This record gives sequence, structure tokens and C-alpha cells, in this order.
Amino acid sequence: MSFEVILRAGLATGTILIFASLGEILAERSGVMNLGVEGMMLIGAMAAFKVAFTTQNAWLGLLAGILAGGILSLAHGVVTIHFQADQTVSGLSLTFLGTGLALVLGEGLTGKNAAILPKLDIPLLSSIPWFGRIFFSDFNILVYLGYILVPLTWFYIHKTRPGMHLKAVGEKPSAADTLGINVYRLRYIYTFIGGCMAGLAGAAISIAISPGWYSSLTTSGQGWIAIALVIFAHWNPFPVALGGYFFGMLRRFTLDLQGPMTFLGMRNPFFYDHNLVFFLQMTPFILTIIALVWGSSTARRKRRGAPAALGVPYIRGERGL
Amino acid sequence: MKLPFRVQLTRRTEEIPKWLPLATSVGAVVAAFIISGIVLLSIGGDPLRVFGFFFRASFGSWGAFSDIIVKATPLILIGLGCSLAFRMNMINIGAEGQFYMGAFFASLVVLVPLVPMDSPRVLVLSLMGVMGILGGAVYGFIPGFLKAKFNVNEVITTLMLNYVAVFWNNYWIFGKYSDAGFQMTPTFEKVAWLPRLADLAKQYPVFSGITLHLGVVFGLVAAVIIWLILKYSRWGYEINLIGDNPKAAEYAGINIARNMILVMMVSGALAGLAGMSEITGVVHRLQERISTNYGFSGVIVAWLAKLNPFVVILVSILFGALIVAGREIQPSGLSFMIQGTILFLVISSDVLLRYRISIVKRQEEIA
Repeated sequence: MSFEVILRAGLATGTILIFASLGEILAERSGVMNLGVEGMMLIGAMAAFKVAFTTQNAWLGLLAGILAGGILSLAHGVVTIHFQADQTVSGLSLTFLGTGLALVLGEGLTGKNAAILPKLDIPLLSSIPWFGRIFFSDFNILVYLGYILVPLTWFYIHKTRPGMHLKAVGEKPSAADTLGINVYRLRYIYTFIGGCMAGLAGAAISIAISPGWYSSLTTSGQGWIAIALVIFAHWNPFPVALGGYFFGMLRRFTLDLQGPMTFLGMRNPFFYDHNLVFFLQMTPFILTIIALVWGSSTARRKRRGAPAALGVPYIRGERGL
Repeated sequence: MKLPFRVQLTRRTEEIPKWLPLATSVGAVVAAFIISGIVLLSIGGDPLRVFGFFFRASFGSWGAFSDIIVKATPLILIGLGCSLAFRMNMINIGAEGQFYMGAFFASLVVLVPLVPMDSPRVLVLSLMGVMGILGGAVYGFIPGFLKAKFNVNEVITTLMLNYVAVFWNNYWIFGKYSDAGFQMTPTFEKVAWLPRLADLAKQYPVFSGITLHLGVVFGLVAAVIIWLILKYSRWGYEINLIGDNPKAAEYAGINIARNMILVMMVSGALAGLAGMSEITGVVHRLQERISTNYGFSGVIVAWLAKLNPFVVILVSILFGALIVAGREIQPSGLSFMIQGTILFLVISSDVLLRYRISIVKRQEEIA
């Protein structure tokens, strides 16, 4: 068990969570909470794998995964933005719908080999001693995309004009509407982008970072962890990145902890009793709850965080936010 | 691009017609089957053959029908628990975990054992029932408390706790109480088996092989109790008021935080009882995968039944059929997909209850 191995594994698998969380940040900032991330990731993973398998072209697979997540999210968009259904319930049903569709359409893909996205070194940066080897060499191309998207999303939300409109729509849609911003259109767009990002996250699993199709085990709850990260991070990209990489490292750590006979000079109980590993497997889920408690309680105390109109349908001409 | 007409939604001011909620639920089920059929066609399947098989596998014989009721039993209990919580807008998705915890607590009676195994059957089974209820309630308390105290989204916490419960369960069945290394505990003593109709086969040969067990009675009794609570008790009134208008409930002096915790505990208790009924009535030991996604199907059942306790029973039977047939049908995800589609359509068809939909020609609008 080495720290470098765990760190690098964390950077790789954390990317998956980060894609999904960044998408959810954008959707929620516009006022649409989408709890369907798990379903959109799964359908994205399935579509990417299926297309990459049949065409043997990983890039087409990536495109299919992104679009599949995006298209599914539009169902949530119609139901919550136009029909004003409860966002919690609709998002949840989207997870069920996406999971079911993915299981049926992905039938028979388990154990197949699809084309996968390439790994590469970043020129120049990878030759920096230690640092370059850890962060910029031999990673899947999507990991680098994650590096770029985090600051880019932050910049977009906080420093650009469309980003300002996005925040306006999520904080006070009626005011945004009077300024001539099309609330409905923006909400659709960001819901769609959120879905595309979730689809990207799914594709990142199935054709890049841990390739393969393992039916519902492909995502195994990561979509939910991604949503929890958004709350933990108070809807900001940088803390999401930290949390995502941390969860990635934790995952690898719990695997590696089963190997050595001693840990930190002490007798390693997980080596001697393999059944204790079940407790290790619980840790990401328990930590998610702890992170959520921390995020939710500080959000309320410091009045920081959730967009004011999150979860509230906008109805033109009626009183409300 | 402008269409010559547009769809206009107007908020209903009049009472909703009585038949409409039922019609939307039935419509959602029918539409879900049609959509699933189209998906099947698109991947080269034969929907008519599959659905025909579906029907025969589930309603073809008394044995099959009894299997359906057996599968419907946990769904009834979980569906009731969910509908109670949903009425208060507590979205409890944790029935799966509460089910496992109930099963685990109940098995402790036999595994530890908490009472000697030569005690009367009534004593053992009642204690297991109480433990099942307790296990589910404790596990429901956690998300309820976190929501009431820290405003933590209960959807995510209950979901995370589902994963935790499965690993917890695995630890005990692989580790402590494993039957010779298999992923299950030894079979329970007969005193810990719920009575089955098949037990009466000696006197009444008709019942031979009929798996129906006493658990279904728990479900029916629970439905009546929940109905009575909602209709006649003060607590039922509080639950409905908080669900419809939390502000008004607060002004009326109702303790919302306490009710959040309480409703989650009762919801969990019902799921826990379902877990107890499943291990004592069906598998007769604690093992892996005692639930075929009952927790999630229960959520869908509750919504499809529009949170009505008696309709929950009917819908559970339909879903029991889906599960029974789903075991033998290819592709194996089909029954899950149909359930997911049903839920999504039920949720979106809700718009029909709140709005009048009319198609307006654009010219009229200008005039």
C-alpha cells in the first residue's frame, strides 16, 4: 500500500464524481434539483459502452453516453419545469426509469470488450519531477478534462455574464424574468447540461476509468454521492473537486487496506478477518451522510449555499420567488 | 418556429373529478406497458409473447397466484409505511435498509438466541415481530432525526443507509452466523416459522404446495390501522396538515420536528416487520438478497396507490405479479424498467390533476 498509488487512483476515480457533481451544480444553480443523477449516469455508462462496443470507436461511445444522459434529463425538465411536479419525486423516478432502461438495453453487454478512451502523458508538465509523474502522466484523457472543467465551471458561474444570468434564475427568477431573461429556457438548458455531465460521468466509468458494463453495479450509488457532494460543497466547484478526489482515494484505500499484515505499525485486523471488510465498504456511504450533515447544517447556519429558488417551480405571472 | 396552436395549462379551481386520480394511475400502468413493449421491439424482442408469458406466469395457477400474494406481502407493508411518510412529504427511500435491519433484529431472537428454542411458537414469533419492528424503527429514526435537527435531505441519507444495511447484514451472515461458510445462517428452528397454508395440507389436500403465509395478515391489519389513524386520529390529522401546508401546521402549534422523526420511525417499523415476515415466512433464515428490491417497489406502490392504504394492497398484488413473472423473463431488467416507467408516468400525470389542459389556436389568442 503506497500513498502515491492511492492518490493516483483517487484522482482517476474521483473524476467520475466530479463530472456528475459539476453538472448537478449547474442544474441546481438554475433552480432545478435533479435527483436522477444515478439513473442518468447508468444510462450514460450503458450507451457509451454499447456504442463503443458495436462501433469499436470510443469517441462515438463518449458522445452517445453524454447525449443519453442529456436526453433522459429532458424528461425531468419537462415534468418539473413545465408541469411543475415535485422535483424530489420526479428526480427519484428518473433514477428508477434510467436504471430500468439501462438494464434492459444493456442486456448481454457484461463481459464484452469495448473500445476505450486513450491514456496519455501531458507534454512538458509530465516531466516535472514527482509532481508531473503523479498528476500529469499515464492518466485517461478524461482525468485531464476533469482538471480543466473544475476551474472553468467556477469561472463560468462567477465571472461571466451567462453565469450571472444562471445565478439570477436560481435565486430570483421573477426578477430575472423582468430583465428579459427567459427563465424556462435557461432551466431547460442547464438541466440538459447537468444530464450530459452525468452521462459523461457514466461514460467515464464504462469506457475510460474502470471499463466494462456490470449492470447496476457499474455506478453502485456514485450518483447519490455526487449529489451529496454538491450540498457538502455549498454549490461550488472547487470544494466538489476536493471531495470527489477524496472519495476516490478513500475507495482505493479501503481496497488496499486489506493487503498488508500490519498497518501503521499495528496488527491489521482487516488482513486477519476478511469479514471485517464489510465495515470498510460501508465507510464511503457513512462519510457521505456525515458530509451531508456538515454541509446542510452549516448552509442553514451561515445562510450560505442553496440557491433560493432551488426546488421551486417558476410560474409566470404568479406570486412567488 | 411557431406552431399554429399551443398547449395551455390553467390551474384547476374546481374539485377534481373523483374518477380522475384512478384513471391517471391506470393510464400510467397501461402506458408503461406500451412503452416497455416499444423498447422491447427496438432491441428485437417480441413484446406480445413476453407479456403473454408474463400473464400466464403470474395468474396461470393457484400456486402462481399464491406466490404473487407472498411477494405482495412485503410490498403491502413497505407501501403502507412509505405512503404514511409521503403524506408528510418525508420521502423515505430507505425501506430497503429498514427491511434488512428488521430481518436482522428479528433473526437475533433465533441466532443468539434470545429465548430458548423450545419455547412456545407464539412467544418466539411475537418476539421476532417486536424485534423486526424495533430494528426498522431504529433505522428509520436516523434519517428522521437528521432531517428534523440538521435539515439533511432524507432521500440521500435513507439511500446511503440502504447500502450500509446490506453490508451490515453481510457481515453477520458471512462472518458470525454463517452456516458452514455459506452466505447464509443455518435454517431456523420450526418454532420460528410463520404458519403457512401448506401446513394444513394433511387435512385439506387443496393447500398442498401453497406457500401463502401469515405475513399477509400483518399487511391487511396494518392497512386497516393506518387507514384508521389517517382518518380518525389527531396524529393522522397532523400528518395530513403538515403535508398539505407546513406553514399552517406550524402556526397551529404542531411540533413538526417531532412528527418527522415519528413518521420515519413508523415507516421504518413497517418495513422492518416486512423483513421479519419475509425471513420467518419465506426463507426461514437470514441470508443475502432477501429482498428483490422490495424497498424500491414499495415506493412506487405508494405513489401509484395515491397514498391510499387500501389501494396499496391492490397495487402490491399487481407488483407481486410483476416480480413473480420478472424472475423468469428475459431480459431480466424488464420488470424493473416497467416499474420505473410506471413511477415516472404517475408522477408526470399528476399535472392532469392540478391543471386543465387546453389547446389554444394562436389566432384566437391575438383576437
